[in-house]
Amino acid sequence: MKATLILEMFPIALMFASPIIIAALGGLFSERSGIVNIALEGIMMVGGFAAASVTVLLEPSTPLAPWIGLLVGIAAGIAMSLLHAFASINLKANQVISGTALNILAGGVTIYLSQIIFHQQRTRSFSNGIQKMTVPGLSKIPLLGKMFFIENYPTFYIAVALVLITWFLVYKTPFGLRMRSCGEHPQAAASMGINVAGMRYIGVLASGALAGLAGGVMVLTADIQYTIMSIHGTGFIALASLVFGRWNPFGVLAAGLFFGFSTALSFYAKDITFLAKLPSEFFYMLPYIFTIVALIFFAGKSVGPKAAGEIYDSGKR
Amino acid sequence: MAYIIEMLNITKDFPGIRANDNITLQVEEHSIHALLGENGAGKSTLMSILFGLYQPDAGKIRIKGKDVRVTDPNVATRLGIGMVHQHFKLVHNFTVTENIILGMEPRKGPIIDIRAAEQKVEAISKLYGLAVDPRAKIEDISVGMQQRVEILKMLYRDAEMLIFDEPTAVLTPQEIHELMHIMRRLVEEGKTILLITHKLKEIKEVADICTVLRRGKVVGTVKVADASEEQMAEMMVGREVSFHVAKGPAQPKEVMLRIENLNVKNNKGVLGVKNLSLEVRKGEVLGLCGIDGNGQTELVQALTGLTRIESGKIFVGDTDITPLSIKARTDLGLGHIPEDRQKHGLVLDFTLSENFVIHNYYEKPYAHWGILNPKAIRENADRLIREFDVRSGQGGDTPARSMSGGNQQKAIVAREIDRSPKVLVVAQPTRGLDVGAIEYIHKRIIAERDNDKAILLVSLELDEILDVSDRIAVIFNGEIVGIVNAKETDENELGLMMAGSLRKNVPPARQSETSASVQGRNA
Repeated sequence: MKATLILEMFPIALMFASPIIIAALGGLFSERSGIVNIALEGIMMVGGFAAASVTVLLEPSTPLAPWIGLLVGIAAGIAMSLLHAFASINLKANQVISGTALNILAGGVTIYLSQIIFHQQRTRSFSNGIQKMTVPGLSKIPLLGKMFFIENYPTFYIAVALVLITWFLVYKTPFGLRMRSCGEHPQAAASMGINVAGMRYIGVLASGALAGLAGGVMVLTADIQYTIMSIHGTGFIALASLVFGRWNPFGVLAAGLFFGFSTALSFYAKDITFLAKLPSEFFYMLPYIFTIVALIFFAGKSVGPKAAGEIYDSGKR
Repeated sequence: MAYIIEMLNITKDFPGIRANDNITLQVEEHSIHALLGENGAGKSTLMSILFGLYQPDAGKIRIKGKDVRVTDPNVATRLGIGMVHQHFKLVHNFTVTENIILGMEPRKGPIIDIRAAEQKVEAISKLYGLAVDPRAKIEDISVGMQQRVEILKMLYRDAEMLIFDEPTAVLTPQEIHELMHIMRRLVEEGKTILLITHKLKEIKEVADICTVLRRGKVVGTVKVADASEEQMAEMMVGREVSFHVAKGPAQPKEVMLRIENLNVKNNKGVLGVKNLSLEVRKGEVLGLCGIDGNGQTELVQALTGLTRIESGKIFVGDTDITPLSIKARTDLGLGHIPEDRQKHGLVLDFTLSENFVIHNYYEKPYAHWGILNPKAIRENADRLIREFDVRSGQGGDTPARSMSGGNQQKAIVAREIDRSPKVLVVAQPTRGLDVGAIEYIHKRIIAERDNDKAILLVSLELDEILDVSDRIAVIFNGEIVGIVNAKETDENELGLMMAGSLRKNVPPARQSETSASVQGRNA
């Protein structure tokens, strides 16, 4: 009986894991290039809002509305992250403060725009978000088919594909080597003729694109509209996954799945006999508690990019 | 004779200082040309101009007879100029190969062809005799090998002209020897080398021509074969320099620093100092010599409180300082000139004035009722800068980070000696310094000795140990393997003890009033 329960949890766990993984990959690009981006949360909000709005507005005219929504979410994320890039690279602002400012800004902007467009404090609800699908062929594989390929959101496959692409870019290509060198020792990178500021712009904008996408994915799969509570800390959980996953794409995948399952657990806890006695609010806390616990156990040991968060000064010895 | 590099009438101003004043430097092809000067004489500035890190305010540069404008390091690289920086620019968690190919990666389709890169690195390293492991990570290899990686980076980019910025400052004597060999080999293979240094010995050993700078100006250019070390030193400093410290015999008095059966773990978790006992008396310099990594660092850090000890006791006078904090030890009269001046000696982002009062900023006259008194702090800085000849662009307001290594060291020495502590622990006091500064620091150490202080001098430079110390203790594998009088020993004997093949007058594990300390007296 318990095994079937776990199998049942898969679709919902993967649904929650997808935006975490995608946003954490965004953080990976940014931090590997040397810029800490704690604005993932805010960018996800903006991306989620943009995706939901476009979906609501285009729904009557095209069945592709959610996908167009995702693309617009990506664009909105890039626009948002441009602010962070400009502040932290050109103006040499403290990256944590700039990120915090964006997180605060995101709440205000999305609600303000909702008020203008929909005359309420949230977007109108869309009738169809992204639809679940069953992959023909693969779903017939025993066990694995049930876990990953029956009635799942395609966004999870996007997340996995992005993990592979990120790994390839970061570890196999000259671009990745150069970007990592900017995050570890920008002075060394500059001495080899690499444009540190340019690399960091790419890193931050990639994080904006991915976090924007993650926001869209989250709202269009787990929600029916965008509200101020739609993202509820997922951007920070993504940051924790980045640390937990040791700034490595596959680590991020594993960490994202872990957090996805701990979120799913909060929905299924009432069905597990020995957990059912606890109040349900307790289980809603779980993902966040796991985040803190994971950070306590792993933050000290894992080593991130050395120069991430440091203001680049070309004359530093 | 064809000049490959010509820098003509170069002038460069920085806020408050003219770093280069109408300097002309001409370098012949296939030669090793040394650029000699004290710390702050303008050598590094001149080379930074050649490498495109700075633009000159006046003057021009010619490479192979053609006028060029080196606007940034990429231009320098294209012209065939490469630079080995004094502070290595290596990514610690990349492999040797990754560091070398960074920015110029061989590709197979969109992928870095790491196999081809490793083969090329291996081929170049064989050609020039630069032994490296292409697959090793930078953080796992020695400083000497890291430097070879820096050299390989330039060779990989087909540099013909190589600038070495104080390349020996961070190396052990063995590594220095190897480097000299490598430089000769590079010239044989058709390269031209510009060597920035203040070490006369090395110039004598390896260079063909030497241009001497003093306070931003060219003093002269000489053939190394025709000039003696003394002559070059005089040109550099502007006065006669003695290579040996003038000192009278020591007048050792009672024991001031006593170490009893000390055990300290090193950063790998094994004992770096083993059951070590040692005494230093008032009015003497005890030199501690040994090959790098034989427990010197652990011993010094245990004495000053930077690391925990496993067991044993350390006394300053009659006080057991083992339970005391670093601050309490400092207040009790323990001075420390640390080995790593940037890590433990200075707060790099503070100004020079602030660094000078870092121990006693809260005391009068530097503070009144808990509020700092900038005037007194400033005056203190002005006095120390004058007295110890610390050179900096903006006097006491100079950020410590922007000062040259030698002047950073002078600032630490000034601060520690000015406090006149009862016991002074001095580690590598002259590493990377020029002869003028070395002479001065040695004089001040001897002056402190004659002032009845107890001094423990830890150094990797045998010349320095022999010159300054009254007694010499040799450390090997965390143990004292010999204690001798400086006057009665030589490099050979010390060398044998440092290698662990000779033991002499080893103090017993439990120290009493007699034994080792008695021999310290020069009757």
